[in-house]
Amino acid sequence: MKLDLVGIPVVECEREFAGGGPTEQGPRIPESRESMSISRRSFVQQTSAAAAAAAAVIPAGTPRLAAMQQPQQGDPSLKLLAMRGLDAARSAGAEYADIRIVDLRTQSVQTRNQRVTRLGDDETLGFGVRAVANGAWGFAASPVLERGEVVKVARQAVTQALANSRAIRDPVSLAPVRAYPDGFWATAIQQDPFEVPIEEKIDLLLEANQAALAVNGARFASSGMRFVRQRTTFASTEGSVIEQTVVRTYPTMSVTAVASDNSDFQTRASGEIAPMGLGYEYVRDVNLISSAPRWARQAVEKLSAAPVEPGAYDLVLHPSNLFLTIHESIGHPTELDRALGYEANYAGTSFLYPPNEMIGRFRYGPEIMNVQADRTQHGALATVGWDDEGVPADSWPIIKDGVFVDYQTTRDQVGWISDLTGVTQSHGCSHAQSWDRVQFQRMPNVSLLPGAEGYSLEDIIEATDNGILIIGRGSYSIDQQRYNFQFGGQVFFEIKGGQLTRMLKDLAYQGTTPEFWNSLDMLGGASTYELGGTFGDAKGQPAQANAVSHGCPPSRFRNVQVIDPSKA
Amino acid sequence: MADIITRDDARALATRILEQSSADETEVRIESGLDGNTRFADNQISTSADSRTLDATILARFGTRSASVAFNRFDDRTITAATAKAERLATLAPENDEQMPLLGAQEFRSNNAFSDVTASLTADARVDAARGVIERATREGLVSTGFIQRVANAYAVTNSAGLFAYHRSTLASYTTTVRTRDGSGSGWAGSTHNAWSSMDAPVELADRAIAKARQSVGAVAIEPGAYTVLLEPTAVGNLVQLLRGALDARAAEEGRSYFSAVGGGTKIDTQVIDERLSLTSDPSDPLLLDRPFTGEGQPVERTNWIENGVLANLATSRYWAQRQDGVPLSSPTGINLYGGEGSVEDLIAQVTQGLLVTRFWYIRGVDPRSLLYTGLTRDGVFRIEDGRIVGAVKNMRFNESVAAMLNNVDAIGGAVRVVASESGGLGPPVVVPPLVVRDFHLTSVSEAV
Repeated sequence: MKLDLVGIPVVECEREFAGGGPTEQGPRIPESRESMSISRRSFVQQTSAAAAAAAAVIPAGTPRLAAMQQPQQGDPSLKLLAMRGLDAARSAGAEYADIRIVDLRTQSVQTRNQRVTRLGDDETLGFGVRAVANGAWGFAASPVLERGEVVKVARQAVTQALANSRAIRDPVSLAPVRAYPDGFWATAIQQDPFEVPIEEKIDLLLEANQAALAVNGARFASSGMRFVRQRTTFASTEGSVIEQTVVRTYPTMSVTAVASDNSDFQTRASGEIAPMGLGYEYVRDVNLISSAPRWARQAVEKLSAAPVEPGAYDLVLHPSNLFLTIHESIGHPTELDRALGYEANYAGTSFLYPPNEMIGRFRYGPEIMNVQADRTQHGALATVGWDDEGVPADSWPIIKDGVFVDYQTTRDQVGWISDLTGVTQSHGCSHAQSWDRVQFQRMPNVSLLPGAEGYSLEDIIEATDNGILIIGRGSYSIDQQRYNFQFGGQVFFEIKGGQLTRMLKDLAYQGTTPEFWNSLDMLGGASTYELGGTFGDAKGQPAQANAVSHGCPPSRFRNVQVIDPSKA
Repeated sequence: MADIITRDDARALATRILEQSSADETEVRIESGLDGNTRFADNQISTSADSRTLDATILARFGTRSASVAFNRFDDRTITAATAKAERLATLAPENDEQMPLLGAQEFRSNNAFSDVTASLTADARVDAARGVIERATREGLVSTGFIQRVANAYAVTNSAGLFAYHRSTLASYTTTVRTRDGSGSGWAGSTHNAWSSMDAPVELADRAIAKARQSVGAVAIEPGAYTVLLEPTAVGNLVQLLRGALDARAAEEGRSYFSAVGGGTKIDTQVIDERLSLTSDPSDPLLLDRPFTGEGQPVERTNWIENGVLANLATSRYWAQRQDGVPLSSPTGINLYGGEGSVEDLIAQVTQGLLVTRFWYIRGVDPRSLLYTGLTRDGVFRIEDGRIVGAVKNMRFNESVAAMLNNVDAIGGAVRVVASESGGLGPPVVVPPLVVRDFHLTSVSEAV
């Protein structure tokens, strides 16, 4: 079988089916060995994946200015409003306060077959004031950007904090951070997606659908684009005033094939197309139209693919699949608030507990395993200049030579473990999904670094005797302490004697986090490193969404249990 | 405290926006909300929030071309700009022959979905409610975590065809997880209703979660396999709510659904679940109290989806109804699954050998063809022998079809309203009974507590 790894099925279907869960997609896969070099070169030029990989190990300096397009400096009246709010909070008794004024614009074009099913361009503007009073947090928010309202809401946040102080034991203590009185940062983009004519987007999507439906057996094609632009003015009573513009771009596609007698249907989605912190240049770069026929062919091929024979296999996980495994089994358990029980009522706790027995001691995986948290990585979704409490973007190791070394932190958390890590400043993981939600600890980009041997995906396949190559994310589920997982995929290829032999279906891999990561024995090199990502990382109560990327090379895991979930 | 928008103000605002439009057809939706929530962890309040929102969405149409724009500032300039944007986008959209004309004026039933007690619940009152659990857990030497949320919402829709609809509602929920200090035991309890005063008191929730946390200590691992399980109502709700999206006529007729019949058509009029069970939606059901119309203003009436185990209806969009010569039927939001009587305790007494499951976690679809889902048990699994709980069992992963589960029913209790979302958030109402289900597939052990 030729190495036609193209395409990763996805998610839109899974999302509809499962309802409400995280919705992810993976990185891109080149069409063939021939086009791989070309595609790879253009990918590196366009999105600097290799540079991003290198950047992941370089400590962050001060936040960078946008390389390409700088949005307008914010309206000075917003800063005045912010100051008014902070003054009101202070006068009402706040020991600390911050305010975020957020203007969020979202454009969405969705299509199905030859129709546009949704065309929308939405904007929401508002502010939230967070205050510490009498040692407790309070937060209030409103969409009315007027002086009187800002004052009222700031007082409301303080009143609420004072009420909350009746039920606290440990007063809030914030790690120090430098003041940034004139902070400015913007996502580095080449073309503002909101400036691209809507007709061009519609034409591209309908053409992609047509290309998919031209494949015999493909019955339904859906495609879409989502663009997000978030402008935030942040100010704190410690003297920071920071303006940021974050842009995110998310093209998607899925193709469904239905058996002629309705006895089966299979969907293949564009899992290798990750959402990215890039502009419209990314939409041009990924080219849905040229990939659509391949996704359609694979949807049809899935109808007749062989069911897996359950058992232990060596798994070769493509970045478009592995990124979400990293998200679930490394990203989440290394959240400090989770480890310490703060999310026990929903998102859960963590097996990485207690911190004093874990930091510098717990062997997560083999020595070749290095995992970096990084909010400075170009093109990644959680990349910012500063977090939502004015802490500059950071890059730091989570796992070093296979050993767990540090958690994700915010200003009010880092002190809980600073005597164990020696780190006294926040890693900058504060985030709120919108102006009306309070910020708290959220996942940065967390990435598995490439291996030194420089293996290609083909090298890894050739070295594998009895294995399965898994591309794209499928059904994902893990327990609330992040031990027991069951992860699916979009396309599965049997590997026999170093060769891809045939497509398989109806399978998932099942395991326990530490055992799984300790079975890692081959990592792709820097040129194989790709970013996957999701708009739908959910945590907190009320649940808030976070957008986050995970980079990794294709990697091999030995003797992993593979099941047919319908017969498990 | 700012209030949610009144019927008159909503009508005035919507009309003001509508008057700006020069499209062939225009629809305006207004959503107004108040959200107050408080979290606690480690026996103390962690964060809380009070916010209000007011959003409008304008849908502009020229022939069968359409586009929408949402915005949340209401000065004349913003309204004019938003209207112009929607109209410009609509003219650029391709023709859509599936688009149906806007609905004209409709008659709506009203219900008691709004509770003043819920709407006026203050941040201070939430602190008192949090302390109700915190103090009890602290006294017992346990660690409590919890989430209290209340919302008040108003929704209005009007359009150029003469429709106006307005509805307001409140919802509240309280969930708590209590754990032992050493992390070896965990218990959960939750309650939700439109009316805060109709919910379980914080101390009742505390007692239930505390009892489960204590009882779950010392859990033993069991072999994976097919077990008889007694699913508490919350666990049943976690899974049965997944049927909502699957009950769709178009997906079934296009061959993309569990409810597709092999050879074509749908499974309507065939037995799909146990004949003692029925599934309905009804905005007037005092346990459901849903909005009595859809987003576009189509009235929602009582609907039997499944009657005595037989599939009776599938949701049908207005377009699909016209095309297939059928009747439009909006998708279920609130659902009520019923068919038995009795409490969880009554059902425990009937089980000779089985497992009691408190709730499920991280439920994800595995295969939409069979409604196969995976996920894990959480916060209390107990072994039942001869009608009594005799010990704690470690959490397990399941791989099970919701349809198979509802066919393998041994016993059915009385339906109650549950917090069906894993996040403890406020979703559409879910009313379900506890069920005793045989051959439930628990496929691997989890060490998580």
